[in-house]
Amino acid sequence: MTTLTLSKALNEGLRKALENDPKVLIMGEDVGKLGGVFRVTDGLQKDFGEARVVDTPLAESGIVGTAIGLALRGYRPVCEIQFDGFVFPAFDQITTQLAKMRYRSRGHLSLPVVIRIPCGGGIGAVEHHSESPEALFTHTAGLRVVACGDPGDAFAMIQMAISSDDPVIFFEPKRRYWEKADVDTAGGVAAALPLGQAKTVVSGTDATVLCYGPMVRTCAEAAIAAASDGHSLEVIDLRSLSPLDTDTIFESVRRTGRCVVVHEAPVTGGLGAEIAARVTEECFYRLEAPVLRVGGFSTPYPPSKLEEHYLPDLERVLDTVDRTFGY
Amino acid sequence: MTVNVAGRAASADSRRGQPESAELIQLLTPEGERVEHPDYPLEISAEELRALYRDLVLVRRIDFEAIALQRQGELGIWASLLGQEAAQVGSGRALGPRDMAFPTYREHGVAWCRGLDPTKLLELFRGVSHGGWDPKAHNFHLYTIVIGSQTLHATGYAMGIQRDGAVGEDGEAVIAYFGDGATSQGDVNEAFIWASVTNAPIVFFCQNNQWAISEPLERQSRVPLYRRAHGFGFPGVRVDGNDVLACLAVTRKAMQAAREGQGPTMIEAFTYRMGAHTTTDDPTRYRLAAELETWKLKDPIERVKAYLVRTQAADEKFFEALDAEAAEVGTGIRNACREMPDPDPLTIFENVYAEPNAMLESERDAYAAYLASFETDEAAR
Repeated sequence: MTTLTLSKALNEGLRKALENDPKVLIMGEDVGKLGGVFRVTDGLQKDFGEARVVDTPLAESGIVGTAIGLALRGYRPVCEIQFDGFVFPAFDQITTQLAKMRYRSRGHLSLPVVIRIPCGGGIGAVEHHSESPEALFTHTAGLRVVACGDPGDAFAMIQMAISSDDPVIFFEPKRRYWEKADVDTAGGVAAALPLGQAKTVVSGTDATVLCYGPMVRTCAEAAIAAASDGHSLEVIDLRSLSPLDTDTIFESVRRTGRCVVVHEAPVTGGLGAEIAARVTEECFYRLEAPVLRVGGFSTPYPPSKLEEHYLPDLERVLDTVDRTFGY
Repeated sequence: MTVNVAGRAASADSRRGQPESAELIQLLTPEGERVEHPDYPLEISAEELRALYRDLVLVRRIDFEAIALQRQGELGIWASLLGQEAAQVGSGRALGPRDMAFPTYREHGVAWCRGLDPTKLLELFRGVSHGGWDPKAHNFHLYTIVIGSQTLHATGYAMGIQRDGAVGEDGEAVIAYFGDGATSQGDVNEAFIWASVTNAPIVFFCQNNQWAISEPLERQSRVPLYRRAHGFGFPGVRVDGNDVLACLAVTRKAMQAAREGQGPTMIEAFTYRMGAHTTTDDPTRYRLAAELETWKLKDPIERVKAYLVRTQAADEKFFEALDAEAAEVGTGIRNACREMPDPDPLTIFENVYAEPNAMLESERDAYAAYLASFETDEAAR
């Protein structure tokens, strides 16, 4: 076991992937000499060379479009989009090309491309640096969408995403980059939880709280606080946002009878809406209360001096949990 | 100050088929006269000429049949290549088997040169598949419908060739096809930048057919398109796109340069879309019939025939046999199209993901059960 920040855990995971498969490439803006603006790729160009850790021109569509071409040639590119709000110039290549080429080719083509996106707010940044666009990608068939919530998952999940023959959108909670945990870097990923599986972070009996990425820690803390009020919360880190591990979700909700979904993204049309619909359909007779959502408001991301109001925090999670007990 | 919103400053003359002749590389005039170009010497046997002529005739026949099939309701839509046969056959025959081609949705002539069964193209336009051929089998990528996206895929593929160490004397290269309208797309400009700074082994083959649906070239550019390349840092050339020999020679040279590590070239094949954009389009709404008449005099096929006849490289028997072959190809296409079965409904759910996806599988199973419920009802009746 080694104590690593989430950023360093990703770095170690990328290093392992580069070591294990000569076809793995890293490409993006400032990922080489600088090591990325969050230092996730720190030192990798020095060790693996400029042909494998590529500082690209500054154009996101070009990054993803050329990654598709490299994948067609047999490579496994890992693209870094510098910030969540910068992914949109590449949105066309991701949704109309990357997501659909296997289908278009009737399975003749695979595009094992990973697109890493630092996501979410809470770092006091200017506009376009704090967004949570995951629902735009979970709405797109052909993509796998995952989010890591802690250093251990960051290390294992990035390697599994790279091994996947499907294109993977990989969300990294940027405000958690510097949080530390013990990570087993010596063991392989074979023993790790599969990429498509959710993880129970806190076991409980009274209500199920579903979350991912930056909200995992917030919700785990909420569970501790709720316990002192006599409520036993079960906190599940979804990890895979598309496809959803519905088995784990339904099993928990059927047991607890209550469900709250928490994400930073606006609730309107968000992933919480999808989960609420599915839980309602599958667990209807076991529900004691409607599925409730806690998320960002249906506004653009506000100036950073207001983000503490916009982002769900421990208090808002607990407030919503309390509401489910009011039914 | 008057704002010229019409933006007529661009070389309007060039789109009417009067390009600056000094810029246009030509080896066979519209009258079928062989001319030499100092940079593009081409030695070509009578047999090779006949083979190119055969390609041109058969490709036009395939196109003709597909238009008819659309009119008969057998195809949903068709994008005709009428008038662009020489650009496609000339460039297509310049490729080696290991070179990779990335087409738009109109490259039926290139598909033919790469050995793809034309009925595969009909599948897409009939709505039976989105293409669905194996790009690796013929080194011919799937048709790309969103304008210009494939130029980035082609560039990335070329970067892969570099990483494979497959640039050099016995190297491989990529050709990316696109049209005049696509040159306005960000992706095409990004592809130029990537190819340039990486010195990728790629040829950008732009068929300037003068019209992006209803928009003339002057809506896309103030400068001749091939000159754009210079600003990106690689050579650009303009070739007579209705001259199969010039397209062959110019593409061969550019591909060889790319294979040897000399980086990208842009070729602007100056041609004309003689038909509609697609079978749903009506060009009489936006262009004059006289323009088409001018271009008919520059037909890409007639000039080769004139040259073959004049030089006695082909006799009457050859032309008769080719007519018969074209008729046979036409019949084959018609029959194959009409006999093409609709896909099984549950194939909707196939090939979305490489890995199992329980959510999708449950949707498929639910729909399969729904469909089966009708069969049960039928049986009960």
